[in-house]
Amino acid sequence: MRTIGIMNRVLKELFRDKRTLALMFVAPILVMLLMSVIFNTNSTTNVNVGTVAVTQKLNKEMGGIKHVDVKTYDTKADAKQALQDEKIDAIIKKNGNNYDLTYANTDSSKTAVVKMAFKNAVTATSIDQLKSALKKSTTGMAKLQAQLQAMQKQQAAMSASTQTTGATAAAKKAASTKSTSTTTATKSTSQKTPKITNHYVYGDKNTGYFAKMLPILMGFFVFFFVFLISGMALLKERTTGTLDRLLATPVKRSSIVFGYMLSYGILAVIQTIVIVLVTVWLLGIEVVGNMASVVVINLLLALVALAFGILLSTFANSEFQMMQFIPLVVIPQVFFSGIIPLDSMADWVKDISYIIPLKYSGDAVSDIIMRGTSIFSEGWNILVLLVFLVVLTILNVVGLRRYRKV
Amino acid sequence: MTQAIIELNHLAKKFGNQTVLKDINLTLNKGEIIGLIGPSGAGKSTVIKVALGMEVASGGSAKVFDTVMPNRQLLGRIGYMAQTDALYEALSGRENLKFYGLMKGIAKADMAKEVAHAAQVVDLTDDLDKRVAGYSGGMMRRLSLAIALLGNPELLILDEPTVGIDPALRRQIWAELGSIRDEGRSILITTHVMDEAELVDRVALLLGGEVMAFDTPVALKQQYGVDTIEDVFLKAEGVE
Repeated sequence: MRTIGIMNRVLKELFRDKRTLALMFVAPILVMLLMSVIFNTNSTTNVNVGTVAVTQKLNKEMGGIKHVDVKTYDTKADAKQALQDEKIDAIIKKNGNNYDLTYANTDSSKTAVVKMAFKNAVTATSIDQLKSALKKSTTGMAKLQAQLQAMQKQQAAMSASTQTTGATAAAKKAASTKSTSTTTATKSTSQKTPKITNHYVYGDKNTGYFAKMLPILMGFFVFFFVFLISGMALLKERTTGTLDRLLATPVKRSSIVFGYMLSYGILAVIQTIVIVLVTVWLLGIEVVGNMASVVVINLLLALVALAFGILLSTFANSEFQMMQFIPLVVIPQVFFSGIIPLDSMADWVKDISYIIPLKYSGDAVSDIIMRGTSIFSEGWNILVLLVFLVVLTILNVVGLRRYRKV
Repeated sequence: MTQAIIELNHLAKKFGNQTVLKDINLTLNKGEIIGLIGPSGAGKSTVIKVALGMEVASGGSAKVFDTVMPNRQLLGRIGYMAQTDALYEALSGRENLKFYGLMKGIAKADMAKEVAHAAQVVDLTDDLDKRVAGYSGGMMRRLSLAIALLGNPELLILDEPTVGIDPALRRQIWAELGSIRDEGRSILITTHVMDEAELVDRVALLLGGEVMAFDTPVALKQQYGVDTIEDVFLKAEGVE
């Protein structure tokens, strides 16, 4: 009952603060629009390519290219499974003379690397083929020349005969037809440049770097604003004395924390929905999985952010001191959230990401948006977020003892 | 024998190494107004915090309604007004009153009546639906007092309630406090305004973490041989 009362009050205050509301809803849209326009970068990443029924030569060529690792699979099903498990980033399958390329495409920069590598490898192998074909045709030519010389010798021997001219003409004709047939043969090998078909698991050839950032960016906005605004709100309660006064009533400390959670949870749900709708309709980003699952994960992240904000606000004495937590707490989250590929970092740096809430929500939302993973397969990420939430909430309820001893 | 509402026995309070309260003995009886006076930093607010259970006594005991504080449930029977106004400025006066009323545990059915009564006492009825952000300092103070009066608590703890309130309204408020006392409810009040100290039943003079004097205003003036409580205050401070 009191929890609901606190929730209502916090919501009322929030919805009357039009500027803060606008910040929460307009700022993310603006920033995302800007980013979708600006971001076009390619970073060096390591890619794993799975190949099925591809010549050894091509495998070797691909493997020789920097930042590319090749794994061979016997069947396409095996390779697909590996793609699903994120062991490889693309599959190359040879179909007769043509190539079928399937990209996970969750990271467009990786797709670009694979495309480049494949193109180079194919060119290299076809050059080899050309070389051998050329060799063949040169040996063929040599043979012809030898025949021709032999014939000329014959001609010399039979010079007395009057029919020689006709015979020479016939021989010449035969030689010329032979040589044309060789050239057509050479031509046909060089013309048989394999047809390449591209498939994308997620998105299409226009999917950019932004698509990969978006799921994480979405979480970041939710985290950032809920963290900051809830932290400020509780700080204000403390500095204006309303918290003391609230605690001078029989209200339970947990009711205060839960009241805040409910109100900011509602706000986070609205914010996530707005962000999702904007990205789908305005930016044309494809959401493969269930949108409701995206909202649920972001709600969970918002509650973690809220608990975090409330906890840290007890260490701040003013709004400005609360702002000082942004570079300390919020910005590092971005670095470890997966926006910058973690697999290129040193191991000890990678380990830091395990204590970053944004990483777990980013992983889960990326899976849902790009791979269409069900929310029930994200048990681990959800569990970790829940652990964050429970621990921080308990700390908050206990922490309020500072202001009332019971 | 009158019933003791607040009983502080040899109360001591330390914050780290700093001793704020050394030895406080104070009894507030049913139907009595006690004024707590003393210079800034004497520990008036700390006494109030201990009485409310926001701080725990380091020594001695603090009992309210015969129960050792801190006790959460008892807070429903206490009306508290802090030194700061402690209002939600984005809300209207009525919303503030309703919110705190809900927190105090006032039943929904009684809420409208309670809010109307409290607002009427502090003369805010006409401004109840305005946002607090648009209130003057005096109006905020009055709203803050109205919140403390909500639910007819048996004990009122008021920390400098009349700062920034004009004389006419101050007189009105004191009249209301008087009638609250006559109903058999008790009031603990801190004040800087010395002529207000003349209006209380007993004055506790707090100095250096101890109660220097605790008696009726008349008895105190006689004891110190002066005409006003202000002189008592000055003389006591001078002695110290």
